[in-house]
Amino acid sequence: MKLLLVGEYKNGNIDDSFYELVAFAQKVGGEAVAFFVAPSDIKPEFNGKVYVADVSKAKEYNPKVHRDLILKVAEKENPDYIVLSHSSYGWDLAPRIAFKWDAGQISEIVEVSDEGFIVPFCNAKLRRLLKPNTEKAVLTLQSGAFAPAKEGSAQIESVDVDVQDEGLEFEGFEIVEKGGVDLTKAEIIVSAGRGVGKKENIEIVEKLAKALGGELGASRPVVDAGWLPPERQVGTTGQTVAPKLYVACGISGAIQHLAGMKKSNFIVAINKDKDAPISEVADVFVVADLLEFVPVLTEKLSS
Amino acid sequence: MNVLVCVKQVPDMESKFTVSSDGLWYDQSDLTYKINEYDEYAVEEAVRLKEKLGDVAITVLSIGPDRVKEAIRKALALGADKGAHIKDDEAHLKDPYQIATIISNYAKDKNFDIIFTGMQSEDRGSAQVGALVAEMLDYNCVTTIVDFEYADGKVNVKRELEGGIKAKVKANLPVVLTCQLGLNTVRYPTLPNIMKAKRKELKEFDVSEFLNVEPKVITLKAFVPEKKKGGIVLEGAPDEIADKLIKILKEKAII
Repeated sequence: MKLLLVGEYKNGNIDDSFYELVAFAQKVGGEAVAFFVAPSDIKPEFNGKVYVADVSKAKEYNPKVHRDLILKVAEKENPDYIVLSHSSYGWDLAPRIAFKWDAGQISEIVEVSDEGFIVPFCNAKLRRLLKPNTEKAVLTLQSGAFAPAKEGSAQIESVDVDVQDEGLEFEGFEIVEKGGVDLTKAEIIVSAGRGVGKKENIEIVEKLAKALGGELGASRPVVDAGWLPPERQVGTTGQTVAPKLYVACGISGAIQHLAGMKKSNFIVAINKDKDAPISEVADVFVVADLLEFVPVLTEKLSS
Repeated sequence: MNVLVCVKQVPDMESKFTVSSDGLWYDQSDLTYKINEYDEYAVEEAVRLKEKLGDVAITVLSIGPDRVKEAIRKALALGADKGAHIKDDEAHLKDPYQIATIISNYAKDKNFDIIFTGMQSEDRGSAQVGALVAEMLDYNCVTTIVDFEYADGKVNVKRELEGGIKAKVKANLPVVLTCQLGLNTVRYPTLPNIMKAKRKELKEFDVSEFLNVEPKVITLKAFVPEKKKGGIVLEGAPDEIADKLIKILKEKAII
């Protein structure tokens, strides 16, 4: 068994998700080599060969170029699996590699079994057990599903960037302004989700946050609807938080939200739907309509 | 300009899901269906482009049993021009590679300039079909877009990365774009437009016309996960459960 791990280099660092790929490789067993588009002086904590393509030439986003560089390494190493994180980088790149490599792809793996790979299904309410129907396969791993594993030091080998893509041009990054709110420093966060129903109801959740002396957070649909600004968003595309207390009001618990808050010390979920995936991480699950329950709770806390 | 929008019909994710009798999917009876949320943004963005440029023909495609015609009619009511229903009662058993093959075989001789679709489906969530279609047709492709603009024969998009960062990308036509939540706000179809949609062309094709490959991934089973964490469940009158919750938080010295 041989694996080719495709790591990510972000904001001047090796992204920690790489060590989740390393942990996966340890679990599956066999030999692993890695690939990065990064500066040539990176030092991943990994026992094995690391191929590095120069980021100044291959750019942070240029998927056809990255795809071809990875396939070049795959041709040399002949791995059974090419493994990426199920991230904006990974889910963009993986199908392109799978197609050219004539391999099946299994997305967002959360667990490995003797028979195959387990993935979430229907917003994680169900699971599916899948296996590739091809000799080789491309795999993407759910963020946080495998506890990171750091090893020793790598041998770096550079990969020539000798491919181009005229069809697409990466023009740089845009960063959301934080606007004075730093949720990562809050000890208590009370977040509003789609279950609040409308903008006017945000106030109900905000009052609970005040009564608890905490910050107001939000799930993605609330921010997308313009009910709260982006700097209050908790989740993979917003802030990753780990407060002492996290209260999720009307949040079903999409995986992107859970990834941003499941390390909180104590989690209270208030939701009408008993099967909502947030129940998987909740220490206390209050089965109730938040519009009825939250004002009662706020009142009791304030008096 | 010739635009294709690929939509999938999915159940409301708030539903209670059970495993189907063949053990491979969810039980599809007694569910409320709708257009996959990510694909609705795709429809809306195509319609906005048509409103801006005028000379744009939008075809909306969906694969599945007869009920997916409702999803196509909804897209037509939102402003798409014609529909293509690729009828397949077993669409849920096809893997993303097969679904992408069906779409690209349909699209290959039609010279679409832009193909919009969602970045993933809400039920399966593999996030593969859009990029696979682009590979099969040899189109450019940008996934997970939250901003779109067309100018001078090129598209300028922003793709969403993690942690509040966006990547700005310019791409040539033809291009496949996969849409992320928050790309736009989807309009409500008006009654006259719903009526008009009923008269728009909706062609049916049999899936056998477009599917000529075996799956690359096999489903062994679908199952209900074991609950990982046995948290305390509070149910009952708001007044009582609020007291219980406060007591727990005090015992744990959280408040």
